[in-house]
Amino acid sequence: MRTAAGAIGRPLKNVGIYLLRGVSLLLASTIIAFFLSSIAPQDDPIHAYIQANPGVSAENVARMEEYWGLNQPPVARYVTWLKNILSGDMGYSTSNRRPVAEVIGVRFRASIALMMAAWIFSGILGFGVGCIMGRFAGRLIDRVLKRVCLVMCSIPTFWIGIVFLVFFSVTLGWFPFGLSMPIGANPDEVSIWQRLHHLVLPALTVSFLSFANLALVTREKLADVMESGYILFAKARGEKWILRRHALRNILIPAVTMQFGSFSELFGGSVIAENIFSYPGLGSALTASGKTDLPLFLGITLFSVLFVFCGNMIANILYSFIDPRVKRGD
Amino acid sequence: MKMKVLPAEKRPNRRAMIGIVCVLIFLILITLYIVGASMNELLFEPDFSQKLLPPTMKHPFGTDFLGRDMFARTIKGLSLSMFIGATASGAAAVIALIVGIVAALGKTWLDHFLNWVIDLTMGIPHTVLLILIAIATGRGITGLIIGISLTHWTGIARIIRGEVLQIRSRRYITASRKLGKSRLWVAVRHILPHMIPQFFIGLVLQFPHAIMHESGLTFLGYGMPPETPAIGIILSESMRYLSAGMWWLAFFPGAALAIVVLLIDKLGESLKLALDPASAQE
Repeated sequence: MRTAAGAIGRPLKNVGIYLLRGVSLLLASTIIAFFLSSIAPQDDPIHAYIQANPGVSAENVARMEEYWGLNQPPVARYVTWLKNILSGDMGYSTSNRRPVAEVIGVRFRASIALMMAAWIFSGILGFGVGCIMGRFAGRLIDRVLKRVCLVMCSIPTFWIGIVFLVFFSVTLGWFPFGLSMPIGANPDEVSIWQRLHHLVLPALTVSFLSFANLALVTREKLADVMESGYILFAKARGEKWILRRHALRNILIPAVTMQFGSFSELFGGSVIAENIFSYPGLGSALTASGKTDLPLFLGITLFSVLFVFCGNMIANILYSFIDPRVKRGD
Repeated sequence: MKMKVLPAEKRPNRRAMIGIVCVLIFLILITLYIVGASMNELLFEPDFSQKLLPPTMKHPFGTDFLGRDMFARTIKGLSLSMFIGATASGAAAVIALIVGIVAALGKTWLDHFLNWVIDLTMGIPHTVLLILIAIATGRGITGLIIGISLTHWTGIARIIRGEVLQIRSRRYITASRKLGKSRLWVAVRHILPHMIPQFFIGLVLQFPHAIMHESGLTFLGYGMPPETPAIGIILSESMRYLSAGMWWLAFFPGAALAIVVLLIDKLGESLKLALDPASAQE
């Protein structure tokens, strides 16, 4: 995609084409999400009702099917659903007894705090560690850190979350055991520090994987740059601050792009972390709603697709604005 | 960079070393799989007189709330994970190979379409798509395998596609076309053989991801049924006992999983070094 973007040249036109492509992708994901969830064997509301209340007459079943629109063909149902979504009506969450959009709004505020904390943390630390590794490529510190990063990549997120929970919260007692605020506290009276205190472990868990990935990529890029002719030339001229002046800008672009392109893993990680730490965000709502509350589940699915799409779009725009080669259209 | 360069005949043969590492890891994994798959279920039967014991010589990983031996359950779970991981990444690699052949046909619109499908698959977070497919298939092993293969083919497909695009512009391909061979013939006879190493490398490299997603999804309650001895089930069951300080219930099974993932990852990296012509001669 990067080469295609380069051929087209000017960033603005890029953005336009990217948006068109994005709309088609979003539409396709609504189709996938809707039809996958509608072939689910256990989630038909009528059947759930009949199982709970045996002895319903066939006539009443037909009436219920008409009320819920289940007598219509799937395509017609999809069109109705899409129209409603586009007009802002995402449906009604049966488990929360509130409109889906409202539930998502509340949950997203908790999740975005978690994801942003993890994102910034893994971004800064991953980039820093990657720079250290790349700067001293081949030396002892590089080999040790690289080994550590590779091991980190192989550790399942849900396990490391549990280990954090056991070690920092049960054994050491430094951090609370799950949730986003003290149990029984009034949400309006909870201070920002209390919230942050509850945020630390889940955020560490989410950032665990992406940190190692970013560090490894940054290391490769920096090691390449340090081998290049212009660094050698700068060294030969006896320049100081070579890393900052000549290398950093070059490796910052792929790192930033990669961080924005990692929203998908970020969301996936937060689903797992929120379940481990009973954190009341989108991820825990997603797994809870998948079994019984399809409107909410579909809403969160679409929301996550939109979230990932925004990340990718920012990555692409940044790429075409920052990188002079893409801007020129090389 | 500052390694001492030995004369060629004294240097250990790097390719041979890598080969030995590959065989060793493969043997370890295969043994683990056979032990787990052929394990007698009686070894982790509930025994209520042995509930929630800390690790001892008799029960190296301790016992759970039903008195089941966690070590045996972990080994069984690992073999299950390996089976699902292998099947799913195999299926993913086959999908990727088909995509590669289609890309090799050289039709631009097909290529654009494939790219679009790859973007679509990567645009939905894997965890979300996996849960969706698990719901649609009614959860269980089949759903896991379908879900994981449908989410993991993109990584391999990108590698294979890149390879195909390079090969497609070679002269002998043009020559073959000019000699009157059809696109399909060229794709199968001239391009497909080049994708075989990438196919195996991609398969093994996706394997650890497949295992991690399998156990993660099972942990979230959308994977294997609760009575199976899977690592995800073991860890989600252990959650209730963590606050009571029974860390071993989660620690050892998860660590064992991480070690298996590491071994497979190492196997993939070594295979890549040994099979990839670009790095094999370094």
